[in-house]
Amino acid sequence: MKKKDFHQMLGFVFLRACIGVVLFALAGILWDIFSKGFMVISWEFLTSMPKDGMTKGGIFPAIVGTFFVTLITAFLSIPLGMGCAIYLNEYSKKGKITRLIRMSIRNLSGVPSIVYGLFGVVLFVQMMQLDTSILSAGLTLGLMTLPWTITASEEALKSVPQSYRDGALALGATKWQSIRTNVLPYAVSGMLTGTILGLSRAAGETAPILFTGAAFYLPFLPKSLSDQFMALPYHLYIMSTQHHAIAKVRPIAYGTALVLIVLVFCMNFIAIITRYKLRKVRME
Amino acid sequence: MQLSLARQFKKPWMKTALQDKFIHGFFFFNGMLSVVILLGIFTLLLFTSFPAFNEINPIAFLTGMEWNPTSYVKEVYGIVPMLVSTFMVTLGALAIAIPLGIGTAAYLSDVASPRVREIAKPTVEILAGIPSVVIGFLGIVLVGPIIAKVFRIPNGLNAVNGSVLLAVMALPTIVSISEDALSNVPHSYNQASLALGASKWQTVVRVKIPAALSGIIAACMLGMGRAIGETMTVLMATGCAPAMPESFLGPVRTLTSSIAIELGEVAYNTTHYYALFALGLVLFVITFIINMASDIILHKFEQVNR
Amino acid sequence: MNKVIRTLVLGLALIWPAHGQAAEMLQIKGSDTLINLVQKLAEEYMTENPGAQIAVTGGGSGTGIAALINKKCDIANSSRQMKSKEVDAALKNGVEVKRVIIAIDGLGVITNPRNPVTRLSVDEIGAIFRGEITNWKDIGGNDGPITLYGRQSNSGTFAFFQDSVLKADYSQKMNHMNGNAQIVEAVKQDVSGIGYVGVGYVKDAEGLTVLKVAAKSGGDYASPLNAMDVKSGKYPLARPLNQYVSGSVQGDVKKFLEYELSSRGQQIVEEEGFFPISSEYKDYNKKAGL
Repeated sequence: MKKKDFHQMLGFVFLRACIGVVLFALAGILWDIFSKGFMVISWEFLTSMPKDGMTKGGIFPAIVGTFFVTLITAFLSIPLGMGCAIYLNEYSKKGKITRLIRMSIRNLSGVPSIVYGLFGVVLFVQMMQLDTSILSAGLTLGLMTLPWTITASEEALKSVPQSYRDGALALGATKWQSIRTNVLPYAVSGMLTGTILGLSRAAGETAPILFTGAAFYLPFLPKSLSDQFMALPYHLYIMSTQHHAIAKVRPIAYGTALVLIVLVFCMNFIAIITRYKLRKVRME
Repeated sequence: MQLSLARQFKKPWMKTALQDKFIHGFFFFNGMLSVVILLGIFTLLLFTSFPAFNEINPIAFLTGMEWNPTSYVKEVYGIVPMLVSTFMVTLGALAIAIPLGIGTAAYLSDVASPRVREIAKPTVEILAGIPSVVIGFLGIVLVGPIIAKVFRIPNGLNAVNGSVLLAVMALPTIVSISEDALSNVPHSYNQASLALGASKWQTVVRVKIPAALSGIIAACMLGMGRAIGETMTVLMATGCAPAMPESFLGPVRTLTSSIAIELGEVAYNTTHYYALFALGLVLFVITFIINMASDIILHKFEQVNR
Repeated sequence: MNKVIRTLVLGLALIWPAHGQAAEMLQIKGSDTLINLVQKLAEEYMTENPGAQIAVTGGGSGTGIAALINKKCDIANSSRQMKSKEVDAALKNGVEVKRVIIAIDGLGVITNPRNPVTRLSVDEIGAIFRGEITNWKDIGGNDGPITLYGRQSNSGTFAFFQDSVLKADYSQKMNHMNGNAQIVEAVKQDVSGIGYVGVGYVKDAEGLTVLKVAAKSGGDYASPLNAMDVKSGKYPLARPLNQYVSGSVQGDVKKFLEYELSSRGQQIVEEEGFFPISSEYKDYNKKAGL
């Protein structure tokens, strides 16, 4: 064998090993969580309140809390994200301001989650006097999700053929009219499903809600936006570190991790499939 | 469809050019929102950490070797141990994630058949979707005991654990962006190299990777930013002793976990409270610099390939 | 798209109208040492008084006190006393604190069962946690480094241990665990480990050695598992477990506090591994109106 072919063989073995390690790590993670969490999952686990100092019972309030907080996140980040994407894709021209906006978006996605938490504590909890609540936490998460919704919305907008816009303009429509009737209706479903990716990240985040509203144990479900709430990621955190009987509740922790992963994956799956379909359409 | 559209456009209230300009302005403000938010975060952090420096010497803050705001004897606010901790786990994470990540990216762009690629690429992205708290949880229940056994130490919650977990979190970023960079290398480079008699491997290593280098470097920097800013994973799995770390097998406490640990215990508007915001400011500045640097490198890359 | 908007609005409508109902719930926050006990008390209280709503969360004594100062909770569980700085900060914020004692705790010092050391004096323990003694052989054990497990600075147990045993700063090498349970887990797995936890966490003492402690070297060694030793003061690391409230004790807060101090409440205290309050503390509580 020639020397360079030998080197190639070694090299490719290394590269295959790399992907092998990565896939092995992923498989290991999923296997551990699924195998140890599976036995805890039951209808009762998903729909009942924690009992007996949280050593028994279910995680229903955490599921409900995560649901409501994600709802608020959606309410903030979807309209603002879509609006920003519309500006970037439909209105903006190449220039310093557009570069500034895009740079800001990239930076925002790189800001550590705990820094968003700090920001949320000062702005929402204290200055706006919203106190630790679903609202504060949801708004904080909404800000954090913004870069994702902007990116996803932009992709959806890009997938609308330029001829659609031109067609409307040729008929005498104003810019906004052409967007409203010829772009948005076709882009909106893509935008929304794309933003689900961002929401799935929000649902799994802990640091921003640590000090803006998540609670250790509440005997009742949150009744209003100004209530504190339990949440799946925070629940996993305290079950594995702060609970007074950690070894005993380990199975519940695994169950929570499993529910969280399944939730995040479902949302991810929907988003990826849609993004895939959009790309195929764009390439035609 | 054309007819009804034209009819729609003739409705009087929709026709004003002024209305259109107003809407344009509305979207412009929406677009500028990201700039406003970024500036807002920075200013709020700045203003909330300012009062801390009434009582703390800024030089002592940045160079102090001990962080003990609730000391029995005298409160000290030195961030060097935390900077060292953050640095250690990040370096450790990159040592694992960069070779693995670039290797995986090279595999995806040059070795894998298109069908395999279609399955493998999304699979790596799934890794990115796993919440950080789940990774931290696995650090406690899975990785920790393994590390304890392998290194024969009583406790697996240390910098090695943190590095492994952070590598898992930084990998998808590095793989994704590096793979994009490698795919964007003009096909002519590939063909020219092969035509000159180079093997595929030689092409990848000596032609494609150098050509995509700025993209790859940018990918690694973004991965580094991710590792530095990670909170839950290090909070749960690295032991959190505030002392200056002595080795990778001992506990470390990063900037992020210090904030997460101590923010819950401070009364609002005390020196300790403000000091935590100063920590947040340091974090923000570090990640901002990394982001800007990777931006500049990527931009240079765009210019080179034109 | 309309369907999506409709679902979102419907979801929001589910939680919007009931704005402001949160005020009825009693919020108790703070000590990890107390959380198990107070949660149990709250659960029993809520069974006996349907309609009562009590939320108990942890975070450490410091967190509870900070919450009380920030007017974010009704009762702060604390395994230590409030510092004068904190009382001042509270007053500045318009909060006048009152202290109630609901149980007595024996702070246990735990080691791994494979460690031959079973008793130490307070001075020795202090030296160990200050980082002055670093090898087990210096205090009668096997040759090997000592691994310290303690709490984080927001813990009342952390502060109490510091005040009564160390009288100085902890060794910087100590591992700061998130709660009593984590310390127990760590020491169970670490032959070289030593930690301090509330006695309620070691009442079963499975897989652990609870050290006998003497006030002075060579003095009488007593165990926190022995009720008589704790009550008589022979065990040197006994401490009152407190609850702080703001303003005068009245309404739902008063009813719950009275339940905790009733014979049923104190029975639960014993069941959880702690000790009922002594008569001197009963008199102290009278000052708060109980």
